[in-house]
Amino acid sequence: MAATQETVEQVQNLEMDKYKYGFVTEIETEKAPKGLSEDTVRFISAKKNEPEWMLEWRLKAYRLWLTMPEPKWGKLDLPEIDYQDSYYYSSPKSMEDRPQSLDEVDPELLRTYEKLGIPIKEQEVLAGVAVDYVFDSVSVATTFRKQLLDVGVIFCPISEAIQDYPELVKKYMGSVVPQGDNKHACLNSAVFTDGSFVYIPKGVRCPMELSTYFRINELNTGQFERTLIVADEGSYVSYLEGCTAPQRDENQLHAAVVELIVMDDAEIKYSTVQNWYPGDEDGKGGIFNFVTKRGICKGKNSKISWTQVETGSAITWKYPSCILQGDNSVGEFYSVAITNGRQQADTGTKMIHLGKNTTSRIISKGISAGKSQNTYRGLVRVAAKADGARNFTQCDSLLVGQTCGAHTVPYIESKNRSARLEHEATTSKISDDQLFYCRQRGISEEDAVGLVVNGFCREVLQELPMEFAVEAQQLVKISLEGSVG
Amino acid sequence: MLEIKNLHAEVDGKSILKGINLNINKGEVHAIMGPNGSGKSTLANVLAGRDDYDITEGSVLFDGKDISELEPEERAGEGIFLAFQYPVEIPGVTNTTFLKEALNAQRKYRGEEELGGMEFVKLIRSKTKELGIKDDMLKRAVNVGFSGGEKKRNDILQMAVLNPKLAVLDETDSGLDIDALKIVAEGVNKLRAENNAILVITHYQRLLNYIVPDKVHVLANGKIQRTGGKELALELEEKGYADYSGEAA
Repeated sequence: MAATQETVEQVQNLEMDKYKYGFVTEIETEKAPKGLSEDTVRFISAKKNEPEWMLEWRLKAYRLWLTMPEPKWGKLDLPEIDYQDSYYYSSPKSMEDRPQSLDEVDPELLRTYEKLGIPIKEQEVLAGVAVDYVFDSVSVATTFRKQLLDVGVIFCPISEAIQDYPELVKKYMGSVVPQGDNKHACLNSAVFTDGSFVYIPKGVRCPMELSTYFRINELNTGQFERTLIVADEGSYVSYLEGCTAPQRDENQLHAAVVELIVMDDAEIKYSTVQNWYPGDEDGKGGIFNFVTKRGICKGKNSKISWTQVETGSAITWKYPSCILQGDNSVGEFYSVAITNGRQQADTGTKMIHLGKNTTSRIISKGISAGKSQNTYRGLVRVAAKADGARNFTQCDSLLVGQTCGAHTVPYIESKNRSARLEHEATTSKISDDQLFYCRQRGISEEDAVGLVVNGFCREVLQELPMEFAVEAQQLVKISLEGSVG
Repeated sequence: MLEIKNLHAEVDGKSILKGINLNINKGEVHAIMGPNGSGKSTLANVLAGRDDYDITEGSVLFDGKDISELEPEERAGEGIFLAFQYPVEIPGVTNTTFLKEALNAQRKYRGEEELGGMEFVKLIRSKTKELGIKDDMLKRAVNVGFSGGEKKRNDILQMAVLNPKLAVLDETDSGLDIDALKIVAEGVNKLRAENNAILVITHYQRLLNYIVPDKVHVLANGKIQRTGGKELALELEEKGYADYSGEAA
């Protein structure tokens, strides 16, 4: 397969650049035909052995997608995307070509793992080492899954949910992010390959963070992930997606969809750490990360809390949002977005207040370094019937160096006079005085930048699940290496 | 401990220090006094290795080692501490975190083992107790929302924890009322020891009522014009700096 060979070479060439932490595992893949057509959609659906209704749903999305324009409103310099020049399905085929031990893994990558404080066993899994431990991780996963099922929590790949829980999937998939929401979400609806499905039954507090499990098992689902989480009345779940460890993917275009549905008195806490390959110093080869994440607080007193730490990707286009339909429901958005090199991020949130006495809170911390552009874009909308709605928004931007940009674009639309909306925004720079102060106390310039930036992000980082908070701090620091001096 | 020989330095291409000679031995406290613009703060910044403060001639030896090419953090590791005229705020970083980072960075530089959480807490508690600083100060972000006096006390706490060989106090008395001044001076005096030295840089004599120097130097026009005992400070207080500079002080 000449095309595969070409891709592998291309990825290897990328390895020569300054992305110190990326890695490539050469795996034989079974690919769908290049390009996007109804045949591609049928191929994917057949590979997944999907029922007819799912195929129809996908095809409907595909036909809609053909008619949709690219969203162009982000402050992003977007290259033209050639959708026919991509593969839309590839599954890992064999373990044999993987590294057989950590000795065979790029030492730079291992150093990054070490800096992040990731345990050895997890390092092996993350680096794709084909050892017996892979069996261990399967059994670990099975143990977790049994523990979850004992309390009625369903947590499985979405492809399995389509087979095993078709009624739940039919009812909720596309109910928060409709197929035609935007072109990227529509593409995902047509060609999504995998992702997760979570259902928390009434009154159940999920006995674990759905993160440990996730980190070990859901790697390489990559390109067109689709996640659906339903929290029934009075339930609670905390879910962590992504990984502090750097992730490389030969597919440049990523378009994920996440939908959250929260019933009366229930809560979903959704945390993301995104560290996809950002591209070389000219911005070439990085991942385009176009994500549609939205949750609905359907029931009264329900709550959705989004926390994100975005450090990777060449282009990030992402607005995790909350529809606050139930009375007294609460939406939160905590975000750290770091851009360095030539990275571009246009990220923020939408808080749609529909129910009475709904409250939302937005804390956004944007850090720009290098020649990057970092934009916060947020919408707070209060509907006519949303009496007593309240929002607090705080957008802080921190600039490192002279050649980067930070932008804040808040949209506020209120149709109800009782709404109380507050917006605060600041822009600051890491000052020479701060750096000198730290250095005079013995802290190196690079560590000083890490320290100051971590302080700047503290309000957001402390929202992360404990086990990830420390790694995230390290990640923040690593992301800015080379940005000063 | 500190030997400065014929030190010339410039800031942004402007010549400020024009041939300073100064020797400070272990256990000594020296004061440098002088009018505004005489080069006092420049000297402090040159010793600490701040960017844009360039040595053009002469040498600075610390414990016999030429430090003029060392980075600021390396000089800190060697044992030079600068108490700032205006301590800087670092939002979101607690004093504990900051102190631990700083201390362990210095220990690492010196090839010493880094302190673990428990050992560090023990150390820091003993220092706050010694200086009469409340522990809740440790949980606050570095200098954020601190009064002028609190900021200076925080610098003294840092000094106590880092235990430098040479502490340079750069106009640490500026902006302090008399009570805060006493507290800061008390802190500095507690840290006086046979093995370390202190260089007090000040415009006014009053700090020297509380931190009594062994020697006083008058700096004007980028040179040390006169050196004497502690009584020299009193004389300056009375007569001003008019004798030493073209301009009035």
